[in-house]
Amino acid sequence: MADTIGLTLNGRSQEVAPAATIWQAARAVGLEVPTLCYDSRVAPAGNCRVCMVEVAGERVLAPACARQVQPGMVIETQSPKAVAARRMVVELYLADHPLGTCGVGKGCELEALARRLGLRGSRFPARSSAPKPDLSSPVIAVDLSKCILCRRCISACSDLQVNNVIGLDARGFSTTISFDTNLAMGRSTCVSCGECVSACPTEALVERLHQDVAFRPDARKTRTVCPYCGVGCNVELHVVDNRVVRVTGTRESAVNLGKLCVKGRFGYDFIQHPDRLTRALIRRPGVPREAADQGDPRDCFREASWDEALDLVAARLGGLKARYGPDALGVVSSAKCPNEENYLIQKFARVVLGTNNVDHCIRLCHASSVAALIYALGSGAMTNSSFEVYSSDVIIVMGSNTTENHPIISSHMRQAAKRGATLIVIDPRRIELVNHAHIWLRQRPGTDVALLNGLMHVILKEGLHDEAFIRGRTEGFEQLGPVIEAYPPERVEAITGVPAADLVRVARLYGRAKAAAIYWGMGMSQHTTGTDNCLSLINLGLLCGHVGREGTGLNPLRGQNNVQGAGDMGAIPDNYPGYQPVEDPGTREKFERAWGVPLNPRRGLTITEMMEAMRQGGLRGMYIVGENPLVSEANIAHARAALFRLEWIVAQDIFLNETARYADVVLPAACFAEKGGTYTNTDRRVQLARQAVEPPGEARADWEIICDVAVRMGYPMPYEDLAEVFAEAAAVTPIYAGLSYARLQGEGLQWPCADATSVGAPFLHKERFTRGLGRFVPCHQRPPRELPDDDFPFVLNTGRVLEHWHTGSMTRRSHGLDALYPELLVSIHPLDADELRVRSGDRVQVVSRRGRITARAEVTEQTPKGSIFIPFHFAEAAANLLTIDALDPVAKIPEYKFCAVRVERAA
Amino acid sequence: MSAPAYEKVILRNLQDPGYRGTLAEYRARGGYSGLPKALQLQPQEVIDLVKQSGLRGRGGAGFPTGLKWDFVPKDLALTKYVAINGDEGEPGTFKDRQLLEQEPHPIIEGTVITAYAIGAHVAYIYVRGEFVEGAKVFQRALEEAYAAGFLGKNILGSGFDLDFYMHRGAGAYICGEETGLLESLEGKRGQPRLKPPFPAVKGLFGKPTVVNNVETVSNLPPILVGGPEWYAGIGVPPKNTGTRIFSISGHVERPGNYELPLGLPLRELIFEHAGGIRGGRQLKAVIPGGASSPIFTPAHLDVKMDFDSVAAAGSMAGSGGVVVMDETTCLVRVARVIAHFFAHESCGQCTQCREGTAWLHKMLTRIDEGKGRPEDLEVILDVCDNMKGKTICVLSDAAAMPIESYIKHFRDDFEHHIRGGACPTGMA
Ligand SMILES: Cc1cc2nc3c(=O)[nH]c(=O)nc-3n(C[C@H](O)[C@H](O)[C@H](O)COP(=O)(O)O)c2cc1C
Ligand code: SF4
Ligand code: SF4
Ligand code: FES
Repeated sequence: MADTIGLTLNGRSQEVAPAATIWQAARAVGLEVPTLCYDSRVAPAGNCRVCMVEVAGERVLAPACARQVQPGMVIETQSPKAVAARRMVVELYLADHPLGTCGVGKGCELEALARRLGLRGSRFPARSSAPKPDLSSPVIAVDLSKCILCRRCISACSDLQVNNVIGLDARGFSTTISFDTNLAMGRSTCVSCGECVSACPTEALVERLHQDVAFRPDARKTRTVCPYCGVGCNVELHVVDNRVVRVTGTRESAVNLGKLCVKGRFGYDFIQHPDRLTRALIRRPGVPREAADQGDPRDCFREASWDEALDLVAARLGGLKARYGPDALGVVSSAKCPNEENYLIQKFARVVLGTNNVDHCIRLCHASSVAALIYALGSGAMTNSSFEVYSSDVIIVMGSNTTENHPIISSHMRQAAKRGATLIVIDPRRIELVNHAHIWLRQRPGTDVALLNGLMHVILKEGLHDEAFIRGRTEGFEQLGPVIEAYPPERVEAITGVPAADLVRVARLYGRAKAAAIYWGMGMSQHTTGTDNCLSLINLGLLCGHVGREGTGLNPLRGQNNVQGAGDMGAIPDNYPGYQPVEDPGTREKFERAWGVPLNPRRGLTITEMMEAMRQGGLRGMYIVGENPLVSEANIAHARAALFRLEWIVAQDIFLNETARYADVVLPAACFAEKGGTYTNTDRRVQLARQAVEPPGEARADWEIICDVAVRMGYPMPYEDLAEVFAEAAAVTPIYAGLSYARLQGEGLQWPCADATSVGAPFLHKERFTRGLGRFVPCHQRPPRELPDDDFPFVLNTGRVLEHWHTGSMTRRSHGLDALYPELLVSIHPLDADELRVRSGDRVQVVSRRGRITARAEVTEQTPKGSIFIPFHFAEAAANLLTIDALDPVAKIPEYKFCAVRVERAA
Repeated sequence: MSAPAYEKVILRNLQDPGYRGTLAEYRARGGYSGLPKALQLQPQEVIDLVKQSGLRGRGGAGFPTGLKWDFVPKDLALTKYVAINGDEGEPGTFKDRQLLEQEPHPIIEGTVITAYAIGAHVAYIYVRGEFVEGAKVFQRALEEAYAAGFLGKNILGSGFDLDFYMHRGAGAYICGEETGLLESLEGKRGQPRLKPPFPAVKGLFGKPTVVNNVETVSNLPPILVGGPEWYAGIGVPPKNTGTRIFSISGHVERPGNYELPLGLPLRELIFEHAGGIRGGRQLKAVIPGGASSPIFTPAHLDVKMDFDSVAAAGSMAGSGGVVVMDETTCLVRVARVIAHFFAHESCGQCTQCREGTAWLHKMLTRIDEGKGRPEDLEVILDVCDNMKGKTICVLSDAAAMPIESYIKHFRDDFEHHIRGGACPTGMA
């Protein structure tokens, strides 16, 4: 095809792109054709008919938004016929939507167009009755009397997000936008992603939060990265008077194309919540830690100046180090903090405190995935980009409730499935993705290795494996056969409950696929067999050669927005930045040279091991940054007892959370909106964040606080800004070596990026695996640690819900999210509920060997019979009071996804 | 009762009293002898033969059938479909209904020929929801055809396979528009698609698809049997060949379906075949091709009823529905009724159509009720003008053109209503 074609636009010859629409071609040469129904992100619907233009030789006007150009076309965008048609359309609209109808200030494209065309009124009578406003959703206001039926909301909902909630009811003049079967929005299956709001050209759909100021013309917009999950969506924070009042998605972003989920769009109120810490706090003398359990935990503290607090922190940390040695101290870093801060925090631990006892929540989410990937392939990260779902013909999602936990990646998957990819879901719960899946395998909880071995058994037996790949790129294949020999489909059916025939179908689909990718979540990693689970996934990928090509790969979906980056930056006890082992003398020397101090040669303790060390008295002091282990650790009662044995705790956070309240000193930190930095999302994309507002009160960015403590402890950290920190980190982190703030300005880059010419890697392991050959590590099925019995007959599964995040400290302080999902619900299967005589809304008590909680039940077939599901966001009924602290032997990740509980009706 | 007699092509068998249209009866009269002839030809030869016959679509647009087939990509590996349009919703038209109820097998035979010519192995027929009897009869005919080997695998030992499914509509005129029909067949909301691409290139489930009317394909077996020259000899060659079924209704003595060669004068249709104006009254107006077509007056009685002549006279032959109105008819009321129909049936996508049809109906109602305003007619004509040639499908044009023509030819009726607040014909 030629690069350009020639045509005539409004009398002038032009060269335009051959695949362009008339609208695009016109725009490229500086001609604006007005549109109303057009949304450049989806196929044109072409229904409003305001963009009509005249094409010479055609009787009928052509929609510029939808019509492709052709060589030699003679187009008039402003011919009398086209202008008359456009004016008529707008005039017809104005009959029911007079100027001034949209007054909130979001702006109305129709009214703007009418003014541009000089139309003030309409010759047509207004309709007699208009629809009433619908305020049933706490976050979105619906007023269809302002609707112009352009259907942009429908394509936003169905084509972009693939939620399929919005449709049309009736026809002709009676046509209306309809949520499900004409329900109020708040009672429909709407997931409040707000994509329709962002698409709507009028104020028929508009944000409800802060409506009084959200659309003020003086609002400033700052592009940054969403603070929630690992997808790493780009957002614009709209700021009025130093307050974030609205969030929109960045359409240019390669990650999310402007799409957001409910948390990203509506979960920002926490930034300016009155509970924010604004002063440093020091525990009042003689007040015991447990005093925080009664009344307002703030009463346990007095406010202090920064100088006093920092002096105290430096003195106490120094004292503990002097008395007990550096390994008596531990640091918990935060996957909510940017790379620069994680780099500084781990450097602080290693250089200033002299210990490798530094870890973060990676331990609790994907430590096993990372361990398995590093061991077998050499890189502990997703091998693909999330965008590559569009290049896969088979997509397997296993142990990931992607729709709730990585909403925008799920939306890409749903779109891929809609475009024809085969989506296979393997999960004990009937998660939302099942609605879009071609096949769903519902295995019994804790039988994943058997299931994967069963798939491999079939693949090998039917010769669907990739011999050339195995020969050329892997090692250890000979050990696989003898293990998976023991997993014929019939036996796997007996273990997993998955029908043998379904297993065979999936094996064939995966084995025969041109490009297949596997995505998994914490349903795989959070088990005592977490590493085995992930190794088995890797075995499967290697067996079929589905790694290292576009659209083929092995992908753990990472939890926190910067959990990938925190690990990359070395906030883990066994590795320096860039996954360079602390126990390797050569590497250590390199870092000693870079940092100018001798380093501790012993690998440090993981978070879970630190708990044990506290219990046994080996660990005496902790520095906890942006974490809340007393809600997020498994078996909280145990963790609390351990933490209470510490001599001294400093917590640095944005809220006085359920852990910080027991600290001796609390330092007020800035949140994401109040600082810059870079975040590395789940597909290794390093993205630049930007400051939008000033921190409240005396709160300061974590990096500034850490640097000040370091100085007071005798190790100056004189950084001008985060760019300087980043430059230092990149210099010692080979996978980041080619990155700089200058290069990250646009859409960011995906590591590895070895030098300034590298453009990064959308997918890994192209010609060789990072470690050379891919390694098969066959595993046998092993049972979870605590199986149900007569006293504790149910399996407890824990996890997250769409509306909330982690321990809830941010989301439960966001008005919209709290309104949408105000309290904990325990999901239970209808048959089990029947037996217990429990109905949705009844209060139930859930008891394990470690604790008990009371909450309302939600009866749903989502959860398999014999199992219950509890999200862990709710401190007042913390799921982790129940969970077991049994660890995966390799990765030390707790078994959050499986323990035995009993369910009782509560009074 | 001495109307001139012409050779019948489609309704031939129905001249026998007692003919029920079963497979046996159809075969006894030479049915299914066109199909084997087609199967002996190369598909392209069938297409060429249909082109030579001059056959044009009977669904409304009068598009040359062979040419439409020729647009379908010849790539053998591509899945293709045939969709037969039996939605017949055009007011004043009731011919497809008769074919479905009384002569279903030529539709099946014609469909197999169509599918063979374009290389489709699956065909659908979309039958108007209200045609309960037609659907029953047609389903039975499908079963008979399968049992006799005219459908299914290896038809008549030719190696050609075709499955044919019936789908029933649910009461939307717009599902008769070919792309609305395809959307509906796909299980979606029945609304027309943007064109291009046209169905022949990207149709059902995104695959090349030929959409043909029930009557159109009923012509194919006789064309294969009699040969294209024979068919092209009927009517007004070369471009208006064959017969068509005129559904004549309204104020005539003998309303009904009349299969007649193309090109007879309108006068002959009304006064000889349909027995003239009921009760000896005066003719006032004639809708010549279904509700969408601009109106004729007695001055048009000599217009020849073929595609091109009707078009030259300012209207369209459309679906062949001829509605005759005598002097007692008020065109304001007719306009109101017709406007109501289109407002009710607009799918609601295009602004001009959705809003325009509704306002037209509103304003015409106002005039009919004696509450019209002097400027109304100009506003109506302005709306009509901007409803034509600007929308996704031509329903919008179909809604505007008749109203324009009523005002053009019967402006007095309208002005009388507006001025005097009453109807000149005294219609209640
Ligand atoms: C609003 C509208 C309604 C239509 N309804 C019908 C119908 O009921 N039956 C039909 O055969 N064609 C109908 N058509 C025409 C079809 O779009 C299409 O042209 C026809 O089915 C093609 O078949 P043919 O070429 O055999 O005539 C309609 C067109 C429009 C614009
Ligand atoms: S609600 Fe908004 S986006 Fe949806 S059809 Fe109406 S005007 Fe368009
Ligand atoms: S012209 Fe009318 S019926 Fe046709 S697509 Fe547009 S709105 Fe629908
Ligand atoms: S913008 Fe092109 S038809 Fe609406």
